[in-house]
Amino acid sequence: MRKFAILLAAVAALAASMLGARAETTLRAVMHSDLKIVDPVWTTAYISRNHGYMIYDTLFAMDAQGEIKPQMVDKYEVSADKLLYTFTLRDGLLWHDGTPVTAEDCIASIKRWAARDTLGQKVLSFVEAMTPQGPNSFTIRLKEPTGLLIFALGKPSSNVPFMMPKRVAATDPNTQISDFTGSGPFVFKQDEWKPGDKAVYVKFDKYKPRAEAPSGLAGGKVAKVDRVEWVAMTDQQQIVNALLAGEIDYVEAPSHDLLPLLTEDPDIHLVDYNPLGNQYAFRPNSLQKPFDNPKVRQALFYAFNQKDFLDAVIGNPNYYKVCKAMFVCGTPLASDTGMDGLLESNFTKAKALLKEAGYDGTPIVLLQSTDLQILTNLAPVAKQLMEKAGFNVDMQSMDWQTVVARRVKKDPASAGGWHGMLTSWVSADILNPVMSSFVNASCDKANFGWPCDAEMERLRDAFARAPDLAAQKQVADAVQTREREVVTHIWLGQWYQPIAARKSVTGVLTAPVPVFWNVEKKGS
Amino acid sequence: MAGYILRRIVATIPVMLIVAVLVFLMLRLTPGDPAAVIAGDNANAEQIAAIRTRLGLDQPIVVQFFIWFGQILHGDFGESFFFKKSVAELIVSRLEPTLALSLSTILIAVLVAVPLGVLAAYKQGTVIDKIVMGFSVLGFSVPVFVIGYSLIYLFAIKLNWLPVQGYQRIADGVGGFLARLILPSLTLSVIYIALIARMTRTSVLDVMGEDYIRTARAKGQVERKVLFNHALRNAAVPIVTIIGFGVALLIGGVVVTESVFTIPGLGRLTVDAVLARDFPTIQAVILLFSFVYVLINLVVDLAYRVFDPRIRY
Repeated sequence: MRKFAILLAAVAALAASMLGARAETTLRAVMHSDLKIVDPVWTTAYISRNHGYMIYDTLFAMDAQGEIKPQMVDKYEVSADKLLYTFTLRDGLLWHDGTPVTAEDCIASIKRWAARDTLGQKVLSFVEAMTPQGPNSFTIRLKEPTGLLIFALGKPSSNVPFMMPKRVAATDPNTQISDFTGSGPFVFKQDEWKPGDKAVYVKFDKYKPRAEAPSGLAGGKVAKVDRVEWVAMTDQQQIVNALLAGEIDYVEAPSHDLLPLLTEDPDIHLVDYNPLGNQYAFRPNSLQKPFDNPKVRQALFYAFNQKDFLDAVIGNPNYYKVCKAMFVCGTPLASDTGMDGLLESNFTKAKALLKEAGYDGTPIVLLQSTDLQILTNLAPVAKQLMEKAGFNVDMQSMDWQTVVARRVKKDPASAGGWHGMLTSWVSADILNPVMSSFVNASCDKANFGWPCDAEMERLRDAFARAPDLAAQKQVADAVQTREREVVTHIWLGQWYQPIAARKSVTGVLTAPVPVFWNVEKKGS
Repeated sequence: MAGYILRRIVATIPVMLIVAVLVFLMLRLTPGDPAAVIAGDNANAEQIAAIRTRLGLDQPIVVQFFIWFGQILHGDFGESFFFKKSVAELIVSRLEPTLALSLSTILIAVLVAVPLGVLAAYKQGTVIDKIVMGFSVLGFSVPVFVIGYSLIYLFAIKLNWLPVQGYQRIADGVGGFLARLILPSLTLSVIYIALIARMTRTSVLDVMGEDYIRTARAKGQVERKVLFNHALRNAAVPIVTIIGFGVALLIGGVVVTESVFTIPGLGRLTVDAVLARDFPTIQAVILLFSFVYVLINLVVDLAYRVFDPRIRY
């Protein structure tokens, strides 16, 4: 009888321990690209930015309404003259090695980020001094007021001002970091990272989330899975097959033409996580004839219409939006100001402008990327619309990396240069005139295409100095009106990329970046 | 024999040297700028130039070549532009999947194709012969990725017998290793089965009319022994040649198959490196593939002697 009692107790203990033990949950995700560069401040690559959100935290963050909210910062105060900002960090913030996050870490991180980021450079030009005020408080003193400081510290997309330990942030901004200690909700498993195979993150047990509910990139970052694996897969059909078979749980960027295969399966759901989406853009090379003449560039604005581009690439109207706002529909700076008559394929007007400009039929070298499904069909549409307007177009097809290499060449188009190319921006990168690279019209210092316009630069500077949203909106409208004349680029509509996931995966947040906190998975 | 092997190994040196020069030049002459790729979309010209300087790409091509070549002579293949890892380390980490895929493919191909070819020759002109040759034509004609997708649809999606994709190291469990290797190996082996079966059939047919086959039959040997001991052994030289050729061709096949089945091997490493213009990695992988190619040719030449002792070097 006693033996039986002991056996019963042992079985009960075993059962209790089994019930108590929780299976480790692993979320297997396929991201839009393999993780190759793991320094999100050094590169603007979106996959590195997404990696940054896994392991680092930010002082401020953009919520679902597009407002910037404190994140690592507990509270901040602004002096009456708007020149002194005092920041206090939340208690209990720890690096992954267990040491506390300090004000000095944050100051060093801001400096390294600002050395790489366009918006950071602009903001830092307003800064007189950044000074620690104890272990968890620091001040930023400005030379003159700007409404951009808090926005910049909560900038949602590349380059994001991620906080790193001082020893890491001390790395030369032109050199990649090799210590991946962060303070975010996940820890990067460097020993398990196999480029071309997978990147692995595990939950940081000591992360102290904010008390608020998660909203966008702000609020409480609660890791609800123990382990996240980013599996490197390139073949779109195989990605879909693997999701259908349950071998992976989550696909960041399923190809639009394969979405019907996924919607047919009752175990899969699509999540429109990014309401801002992405924006297509045509970039003319302002250095090369005939695009050195603004009237020829204006003719493009009349020749193009957004729907033709969006139909050709995205196809399903559920995943695109015709939007004339340069700073993205659904954002505080969205506006139709100055866009009357543009982007409506008015070929008569386009032809008249070309005639007025004295366009002599010089072939326009248009670069077509052929290996990225999301870009491939843009150039043929551009060619067709331009030819209808009277342009002579020489479309040259090549892989994206060749486009990337060629677009930075200032040589004449006949000597390996170019006239026009098409690309896509994540909307979160182009929310205002200072962030948006294509609006930069500082001639040689501008991004490829090198537009040159003193008035546009004056307006961008005025935007940086605008003290509040109302003033910023006024300047943004002026920038858009000026675009009609200068035409640094032509925006060709917004499109949306849903995430596809097994129905066992829930809690995907609405945000401009795919993030993995709050994401739950039933089963292991 | 030892002298022959030594001479052949020494002869690989100029071959590898020419390959090294060609690979280096072709990469520099093809369009694409690794610095622009690394920098990302928002980078300005200064940032791209800084990266180019750091990678040494601003140096004259001749200088770049001699720096790289000097490193190779010291056994250093350099550091990947992208992964911040030594190229040698990257290659070693990708070796197992590619070796496993290649060996299993050749094993399946030889085990299936040689008996099929012998059978087709023995049953020449019958339905069996026509079926085997029909399969051969089909195997040549259908692209690897179509075979791959079809097998995946049937065995992974519909029947749910095997995984869709991925690779498991043998150290992590033989079951998972084999389960993940079956579909890619079958996919890749189809073309080699077709190739080797056809060549085996032709070679066996060539020797079936020889006097020694008639003599063997006259001595009362059973057909199985006539076929495998006399006919196949004498037909082996061309078959071995085609198997060796097939092994060399595998290098191209694994690139496609590894991409379709998400196998982190050398094939995918090559594709990733080419797309990213990761010069040090591309150079090292192509040098490695060239060396393997030369080595396979040597092994095939040596194998001739095993099957036909009359051959002398």
